[in-house]
Amino acid sequence: MLIDKMVYLDNAATTPVDPRVVEAMLPYFNQAFGNPSSIHRYGQQAEEAIENARDCLAGLLNCRPSEIVFTACGSESDNLALRGVAFAARQQRGADHLLISPVEHHAVSHTALQLADLHGFSLEWLPVDEYGLVDPDEVHARLRANTALVSVIYANNEIGTVNPISEIGEVCRQQGVPFHTDAVQAGAYLDLDVEALNVDLLSIGAHKFYGPKGVGALYVRNGTPLLPVQTGGSQESGRRAGTSNVPLIIGMAKALELVHLERQAIIERVLPLRDLVIKTVLAGIPDSRLTGHPTYRLPNHASIVFKGADSNSLLMYLDLKGFACSSGSACKTGNPEPSEVLLALGLPVEWALGSLRITSGAHTTPAEIEAFLSVLPDGVVKARSLWQSASSITE
Amino acid sequence: MSESVSMNGGNSMEQRSGRVVVALSGGVDSSVAAGLLVEDGYEVVGMMLRLWNEPGRADSNRCCTPDSMAAARRVCATLAIPFYVVDVREVFRKIVVSGFIAGYAKGITPNPCLECNRHIRWQLLLERALALEAGYLATGHYARLARGRDGHFLLLRAIDEAKDQSYVLHTLNQSQLARALFPLGEHRKSSVREMARRLGLMVHDRPESQDLCFLAGDDYRKFLKRNAPEILTPGQITNSAGEILGEHRGLANYTIGQRKGLGISTPNPLYVIAKDMKNNTLIVGRFDELGKDTMIVEEINWINGPPADYSFRALAQIRYTATPQAALITPMQNNRAGVRFDHMVRDITPGQAAVFYDGEVCLGGGIITSAMNSTEEGPHGLGRLTTICANTIR
Repeated sequence: MLIDKMVYLDNAATTPVDPRVVEAMLPYFNQAFGNPSSIHRYGQQAEEAIENARDCLAGLLNCRPSEIVFTACGSESDNLALRGVAFAARQQRGADHLLISPVEHHAVSHTALQLADLHGFSLEWLPVDEYGLVDPDEVHARLRANTALVSVIYANNEIGTVNPISEIGEVCRQQGVPFHTDAVQAGAYLDLDVEALNVDLLSIGAHKFYGPKGVGALYVRNGTPLLPVQTGGSQESGRRAGTSNVPLIIGMAKALELVHLERQAIIERVLPLRDLVIKTVLAGIPDSRLTGHPTYRLPNHASIVFKGADSNSLLMYLDLKGFACSSGSACKTGNPEPSEVLLALGLPVEWALGSLRITSGAHTTPAEIEAFLSVLPDGVVKARSLWQSASSITE
Repeated sequence: MSESVSMNGGNSMEQRSGRVVVALSGGVDSSVAAGLLVEDGYEVVGMMLRLWNEPGRADSNRCCTPDSMAAARRVCATLAIPFYVVDVREVFRKIVVSGFIAGYAKGITPNPCLECNRHIRWQLLLERALALEAGYLATGHYARLARGRDGHFLLLRAIDEAKDQSYVLHTLNQSQLARALFPLGEHRKSSVREMARRLGLMVHDRPESQDLCFLAGDDYRKFLKRNAPEILTPGQITNSAGEILGEHRGLANYTIGQRKGLGISTPNPLYVIAKDMKNNTLIVGRFDELGKDTMIVEEINWINGPPADYSFRALAQIRYTATPQAALITPMQNNRAGVRFDHMVRDITPGQAAVFYDGEVCLGGGIITSAMNSTEEGPHGLGRLTTICANTIR
């Protein structure tokens, strides 16, 4: 498939691995390939490498190395945070109340739903405003003595809204309730200082910040009760069994270190592009709306809805024109169910089904964005006419 | 047909090129169709329709299981072409499945594939292809296209007569045919499997099925019992003289010509010959009562426009698998026609399509609404046909 001439505007789905990250990982595939759990010096060499990576990550998150658990992805980190804390809270203090926002990634919301459906936890949804923002006062009003965990997404993947995590964390801290944030989308752009954020648990996935797929991490504040979800060996201090994925862990640490150093330059690059997309689309395409907060949003993230347009067709049209975008979270089955996140903002279905997400990255150029903006209006016209004809058939 | 020019599915005389969307099912035919178009130099885009399935039965739906979707995706990866899934579950449920149930509720034997072809494949999917700036929509159907002397598009039977699918394509009009490509029309099924191997497509051993996709391999009667129990009201079984012979389990459970499962023991086998919806009665009879020589066909699509003649001779095919039979066709107003067969034909079934052929040329077709016997008077006889014709004939 000819993709070398394409323009990639889906950096919220994933990012290309930085060549410096690839270089950092390479020795750990077949040279320093040992198992960190082994007694011999191959093992010692690998162990040293992942412990250095842990130190590096701890420095970037402003935590202790022992508070970092390596996982296989952001979703696994979310799963471990929710299940691990929920089960421990019930076991230790009989707490069975979960409080989450309705704009969580499925890795959080589906896990919470399963905890409610299969394990008897009582799940409560926080309200959000029309931008998808969670109000710390609403969290405060809903905290109970038996609340096992609060989880609120840091930056939303579909609408880019950035929540007031530090304030929500403070509210939870006062009540002694563990607070988790899914920072998977935030990793590349926002501050991950767990002290400033007042979080007890924080999930990241490397491939969102120019690291490799297949590796993530969960920060767990010392003293936060957590039961392992994946059991077996005693890796990660017994919190996550399984042979450590040495090269990918090295890659994740390197990638986060690089974005931390270069974050300001990347933001200066993507922020004007984001604003150009939003301004041009809202001014030029009738019946279009920005989703998510106009200012509390990721600097690379533009999300729009078009009334009465078939977003799946729009994505195909753009792809064939050479532009890779998405409509909310990555999905290839053409599912026309409206996104739960967009419905939670109060958007009517007729708007919610016409969503488009444009996420720039460290390599996006102004010329690419201009080319994209020149083909988009025609794509929206076509996506609207297909919507019309599908509706007229069933009338 | 002497006036036609063969177009080789695409065509050799009149070069077609540019972007083409291929409707994929994950099966061998549509996959090879895509491969042939790639070889012919088209810019091919693969698309798969995601159709409706009964809740909880997604894995058995014939053509859009996760399995067949993965197969289609693999095919496109092998051919290095883009692949997209178009979700039409809601439209399919509202149009095709509801129409299927409504058809049985009014006593006919509906053909949902025709509705799917008409409204989904050749309307929604074609519109999508055109919106994506494709010039054509291709499918893996076995049928051929040609141009008549007047420039009209002709739909022809496939070279491989045993696999011919022009029957299900009879609803296409000129503007749809102008956008259609059938790359398999000139090929035999046996060579298509060979081509799949040559193209390196991993689909050549996938099983085929003629069942309706949304029945999930189940009997349609069980589907109706689950999804429309209200249309299955028991009633009487009688012979054509009105004698009560037994009880039926809802008229929708029976099809014209059916012999098994009537629950009546008689010395000679009995067949379903008609359904009396008004009285919820199933009428059965002897084998010789099955034969009819006359039928009314409605909602006809005449591919090359309505025939100019008062009446004309053609071959009429009453089911996908039926042998075409010689008949005299008398077109009537509102896209209807009276059809008189030269010989008795068994199992003429209201709700199924009747498709007309002049040799290998498909003239068009429509839905059978009634069948009768020209030699008999009475409710199913000539008297009724004469009345219908008198009301509508030009």
